[in-house]
Amino acid sequence: MTIFDLTLAELRAKLDNLELSAVEVTNAYLDRIATTNPDLNSFITVCDETAIAEAQAADQAIAAGEVAPLTGLPIAVKDIFNTAGLRTTCASRILENYVSPYDATAISRIKVQKAVIIGKLNMDEFAMGSSNENSAFGAVRNPWDLEHVPGGSSGGSAASIAAHQAAAALGTDTGGSVRQPAAHCSVVGLKPTYGRVSRYGVVAYASSLDQVGPVTRDVRDSALLLQAIAGYDSADSTSVETPVPDYQANLTGDLKGMRIGLPKEYFIEGLDEDVRKAVADAAATYRDLGAEIIEVSLPHTAYAVACYYLIATAEASSNLARYDGVRYGLRDENAEKLIDMYMQSRAAGFGTEVKRRIMLGTYALSSGYYDAYYIKAQKVRTLIRQDFLDVFEKVDTLLTPVAPTPAFALGEKTDDPLQMYLSDIYTIPVNLAGTCAMSLPCGFSEKGLPIGLQLIGKPFDEATMLRTAHAFEQATEWHKRTPNFKV
Amino acid sequence: MTVRYETVIGLEVHAQLTTNTKIFCGCSTEFGQTPNSQTCPVCLALPGALPVLNQKAVELAIRTGLATNCQITPRSIFARKNYFYPDLPKGYQISQFELPVCEHGWLDIDLENGERKRIGITRAHMEEDAGKLVHGDTPETSSSSLVDLNRACTPLLEIVSEPDMRSADEAISYLKKLHQIVVYLGVCDGNLEEGSFRCDANISVRPYGQEELGTRAELKNINSFRFIKQAIEYEVERQIDLIEGGGKVVQETRLFDSNTGMTRSMRGKEDAHDYRYFPDPDLVPLVISQEWIEEVRATLPELPEAKRTRFVEEMGLTAYDAEVLAADRKLADYFDACVAFSKEAKSCANWIMGDVLRKLKETDTTITDAPVSPERLTDLLARIADNTISGKIAKTVFEKMWQGGQTADQIIEKEGLKQVTDTGAIESLVDAVIAANPDQVAEYLGGKDKLIGFFVGKVMQASQGKANPGMVNQLLKKKLV
Repeated sequence: MTIFDLTLAELRAKLDNLELSAVEVTNAYLDRIATTNPDLNSFITVCDETAIAEAQAADQAIAAGEVAPLTGLPIAVKDIFNTAGLRTTCASRILENYVSPYDATAISRIKVQKAVIIGKLNMDEFAMGSSNENSAFGAVRNPWDLEHVPGGSSGGSAASIAAHQAAAALGTDTGGSVRQPAAHCSVVGLKPTYGRVSRYGVVAYASSLDQVGPVTRDVRDSALLLQAIAGYDSADSTSVETPVPDYQANLTGDLKGMRIGLPKEYFIEGLDEDVRKAVADAAATYRDLGAEIIEVSLPHTAYAVACYYLIATAEASSNLARYDGVRYGLRDENAEKLIDMYMQSRAAGFGTEVKRRIMLGTYALSSGYYDAYYIKAQKVRTLIRQDFLDVFEKVDTLLTPVAPTPAFALGEKTDDPLQMYLSDIYTIPVNLAGTCAMSLPCGFSEKGLPIGLQLIGKPFDEATMLRTAHAFEQATEWHKRTPNFKV
Repeated sequence: MTVRYETVIGLEVHAQLTTNTKIFCGCSTEFGQTPNSQTCPVCLALPGALPVLNQKAVELAIRTGLATNCQITPRSIFARKNYFYPDLPKGYQISQFELPVCEHGWLDIDLENGERKRIGITRAHMEEDAGKLVHGDTPETSSSSLVDLNRACTPLLEIVSEPDMRSADEAISYLKKLHQIVVYLGVCDGNLEEGSFRCDANISVRPYGQEELGTRAELKNINSFRFIKQAIEYEVERQIDLIEGGGKVVQETRLFDSNTGMTRSMRGKEDAHDYRYFPDPDLVPLVISQEWIEEVRATLPELPEAKRTRFVEEMGLTAYDAEVLAADRKLADYFDACVAFSKEAKSCANWIMGDVLRKLKETDTTITDAPVSPERLTDLLARIADNTISGKIAKTVFEKMWQGGQTADQIIEKEGLKQVTDTGAIESLVDAVIAANPDQVAEYLGGKDKLIGFFVGKVMQASQGKANPGMVNQLLKKKLV
């Protein structure tokens, strides 16, 4: 077993007993990235120099006996997180050369534990996309099949973990952007409850939906990384002051009395047969483990995608107004007038999908349409949230597919945005409801592409969700499979 | 022609709240600093930065709302007002739209005919200010504009009146009253020139008797009371002329040019922005508990109107004196402090409005920095009351007190200014004056009573002002028979 095949927990043990140094580990990963990135394109920036310096500092801390759970562990972060002194592009031309002067809260929380930031990961531009094809830095490829997409928008995060380019990664999830790529790449992706992790310093796409989440090899690592970033932050007014439990301590394997719901609206036409079977098998596994499986209903599910594409785009249209070429980012220097500077800078700086969403959102907020679109969508959102609250009176966790199909081929859906939008049909309702969910490996299609299982937990009860996920992982081998990619 | 038209005015006042830090970040709000020195990721709108509401700004908004008889909204919402401009770094302004923090208030203004009129306050909402653009003024920079974001994100309270005012004078009266209140409350420094108190006026005219409002023009950002009056008067005349000439007033935003005294069109209704207001998802609803409101209410100072009434009713001042003293909170506090030492309210008022205000003006000092404290001033007044010195000598003593350091008693003692009340000493002075002025004595005795003043003056002069004038008078009258 090579260094880069180890989980966070395994690395922790080897760093603590001085079997490995953080510098050795970091060098191993930097080498691995150098070999693999030309094929995958999962990194936008690799932090060669700063990572080694951080690893040296971590080794000193370990030698001094000052060890935190993440000390010396190489973590890659989606290029949506502000990282002081490093380029933060959001995979957009408009921020191509933008160097942030400050750290996002999630970043400072892992930095304070002396984790090693090994690089900034590719993504769909401004987190808008489900395939990672909307990046100004080129598409990311799926390590399980280089002709397939890794999913999006945190495609680089999922691909890098699947291909063992980093020990763990941070992504963000607005409509499924951590869970869907995790499913397509056979890794664990967790979207915490809205308000659980600070959004401060995360470049905003849709503020009422965005959440930071870990992408890891297994459930224990997910718990470990979530532990580090979760908790109230006074710099984010929407972060919630509620205690953070010890997530690892909750991984007991005990599912006694656990009620798991299967929402019938999630097993409908359009669901790939391989996916249906894998999820059904997972439900059977849970039954064998002692959980009670109950069919439930989330009646407003059908409206979720439409609702999401009104609310998310409305917020995005406003969030992205700051990229105006005045203070930072791309500016068209040839513009004669102010209005030309705005229009030409934004025309050159934003990609097609970002422009499409800005226009959709601007329209939804416009005078005369606001009530029919934005307000209506907010009302639907309330109903969707209520669906979840009602169902959580009857069950502890929901079990669903993550995506209707396994990863699709590169270019397959780029000309059909609606088809692309529908690939998030099972993940979007969770963001609208604001609760937590995670994706974990549960099988493979006939073609050998990964299939993910989604567990949806009660608001702020990531602990129970992680326990449920961990029990499944203990009972199955799916998470141990690795892609046959530059092994 | 004006007589056939009624003027209708509604005012929007932007008061900058006196917080030390900005409304959504921790940067200083200090005026006049190096451009962009008071900025951070939040007020520069760097990617990923988020706003956090300054609770002090909310408290000041509640104070203002209570003092203007508003209802405080228990749950108000911040919204984004979207438009592009280089002084607006986020591309939207965080403001309040559908649910403002204060609503349904009013202020009473005094009209020239002595009547009072109630002006409705529709709402007061919190928002952030924009930055400032500096346009190049040298040949090299003439094609460029510089952006200073020190002011961006400073807290404003926009106070919107009902269209209840019917003349420029009423508008000024309302503005002055509102200005006095916000300064009294300490929620705004009231500095019009620095833009801490800015006014937009919505003006329309309609034929008397017509219910429906005329089409309005909005006059933007006028920075003195005098200009506001000029601008309104010009605008009213312009609109009437337009209608009388067969034209129509168009809804538009107009700018007042203080050089010409005229208003000119800035943008028409067709150019009006669609601001695409929607609730800001980065901020949670602002919840204000009844306890918080009561806490703030308990700290409200006595307002000018209540002070005036108290000065008249409890202290026996004239309406005019009460007005002058209550106009400035610090001056009123000084007066109250004097009255706490001396029961002679009337005499305190006279001295403050006379000698104290004069010296403040001469020395360009504010009342809080006056070198004569209320306690020392009342000590001086006590020496007049107990006949230690005359009113005239008191003026000299006051001048010396203003130089600093010494009390009235110290000065009286040192300078030997104590009034002479020894009958023998005064009598000898009186005798000497009578002996030295036989002609005047004859005239006086011949019936020219007015000459008594001449003799008193002479005696006082001889005593270097220290003789008790009453005793001098008495003795003269006794001897000149």
